[in-house]
Amino acid sequence: MIPPDMSILDFLVPASEACLRSGPHDKIVLSSRVRLARNLRTVPFPSHSKKAERIKAFETLMPAVKSLSLLGDEIFAESMDKLPSLDKQVLVERHLISREHAAKNAGSGIVLNREENVCVMVNEEDHLRMQALRPGLQLRQAWMAIDAVDTALQEKVEFAFTERYGFLTACPTNLGTGIRVSAMLHLPGLVLAEQINQIIQAVNKLGLAVRGLYGEGTEALGNVFQVSNQMTLGEPENDIVERINKVLLQIIEHEENARLSQMEKKPAVLLNHIGRAYGVLGNSWSISSKEAMNLISFLRLGVDLGVFGKTPKSLTDELFLRSQPAHLQLAHPLREKLGSDERDLFRAQMLRERTALIPKPDPQALLGRREEGSPE
Amino acid sequence: MVCQFCKLKEATVHVTEIADNKVKKVDACAACAKEKNYNDPAAFAIADHLLGLGAAQKMEEASEAVGTISCDQCGYTQADFKKSGRLGCAHCYDIFSDGLDSVLKTMHKDIRHRGKVPAGIQSALKGAHRLQSLNRDLQVAIAQEDFESAARLRDEIKAFKAAE
Repeated sequence: MIPPDMSILDFLVPASEACLRSGPHDKIVLSSRVRLARNLRTVPFPSHSKKAERIKAFETLMPAVKSLSLLGDEIFAESMDKLPSLDKQVLVERHLISREHAAKNAGSGIVLNREENVCVMVNEEDHLRMQALRPGLQLRQAWMAIDAVDTALQEKVEFAFTERYGFLTACPTNLGTGIRVSAMLHLPGLVLAEQINQIIQAVNKLGLAVRGLYGEGTEALGNVFQVSNQMTLGEPENDIVERINKVLLQIIEHEENARLSQMEKKPAVLLNHIGRAYGVLGNSWSISSKEAMNLISFLRLGVDLGVFGKTPKSLTDELFLRSQPAHLQLAHPLREKLGSDERDLFRAQMLRERTALIPKPDPQALLGRREEGSPE
Repeated sequence: MVCQFCKLKEATVHVTEIADNKVKKVDACAACAKEKNYNDPAAFAIADHLLGLGAAQKMEEASEAVGTISCDQCGYTQADFKKSGRLGCAHCYDIFSDGLDSVLKTMHKDIRHRGKVPAGIQSALKGAHRLQSLNRDLQVAIAQEDFESAARLRDEIKAFKAAE
């Protein structure tokens, strides 16, 4: 068991460690996630319930989730009003809770396992939003993990379910399976080749949504895109998972091809982007998170293409995570809330220090390969 | 800004329409807007944003279809549904089901659940099906005057009901 007064910041592994996690296709697929929405049969949905009803749902669900042996002994469970806003923001930046959930207080809660790959939000838009996360492309594994949590929970509580509509949710867009299958993709090749809009349109036509870094309504910063299903009713969970998996494998292939063709046809353009990113990140004294993320994206591309020797991609992923506002504040010696100007200064300092650990880009990694013949 | 129709009252309804690539702007007071049939689309804009294009129109039709019904368990009304695009409780799905299917059709593959079923409900469904089939067999046995089988089936049904 963890000490009862342990803060979430002590529970979470450091950013450097979190970025070491790896999985299949993780050059392109940063992470996979499957989330299920569930509600109690007898209590109104959180958005429409009175405080007493929300507390009732909270007091039913928190112990039920906490007692799941599947989650192990070492879990972090807390009411949202006990979490300082910095802690909540860190959870958002780690993609463990939604931005909406971070705004919740008394009557809402979070349960997270030691591996940080199963996270349950209590009283978000639905009574339960439970998600399994995996590094790289592992949608099936994520689905199996959260399916098991759901099955185990059904022995403890009764969910709102009808034969006709399946699991009932506050928003009809989640009705039926309550499933949202998504993957976070890094697609600098398709962006550089100006093929990204075509891909997004094609993916949209297949009934899948493409969003930015933090989901609905967010911008695609740092060439990171989130692909997820929109339809949840009328199709079994497995079919949804398999369909997205298939689409993702296609996108991966397109991204790989785009990178290869850029290397072959325009290696100077690629080197220019990567080299400038390295130069700016290593020498700037004030940098916004937007600019930083877009540059780190090219640094990561450089690592993927072997331009930075043996630099691991975990280093660039760490820069990406540490550039986020809450992570920056966390790293600040005073942990004081930084104004946006101070944050840009501090971000630049952090990025300068860490970029200094990366060797200078080696053009031969791109040009040399080209002279030897066609790239692999 | 004054109403472009009566030119007297303050315009409170602002509609931008795009038709045939032409942008048409309307600024009207509430009374004129109602008269000229410019409904307040703002309430649906949220739903449109949430549910994708087309859903809002369906939702408008749906909410008209259910009239002024409200949920007897959570008090959720048609207007709430219209405004938020969300329902209040599990029972709302029964209450608002009439208009709901056309909304669901615009956003989902089908309007029948084909995914996971809770274990408890699954066995209950199986039980109901088993009972049905035993009863059918019993009728067939009686019709065929196969009283030996009929007696066995009768006992089986009795035992099954007792076990439920």
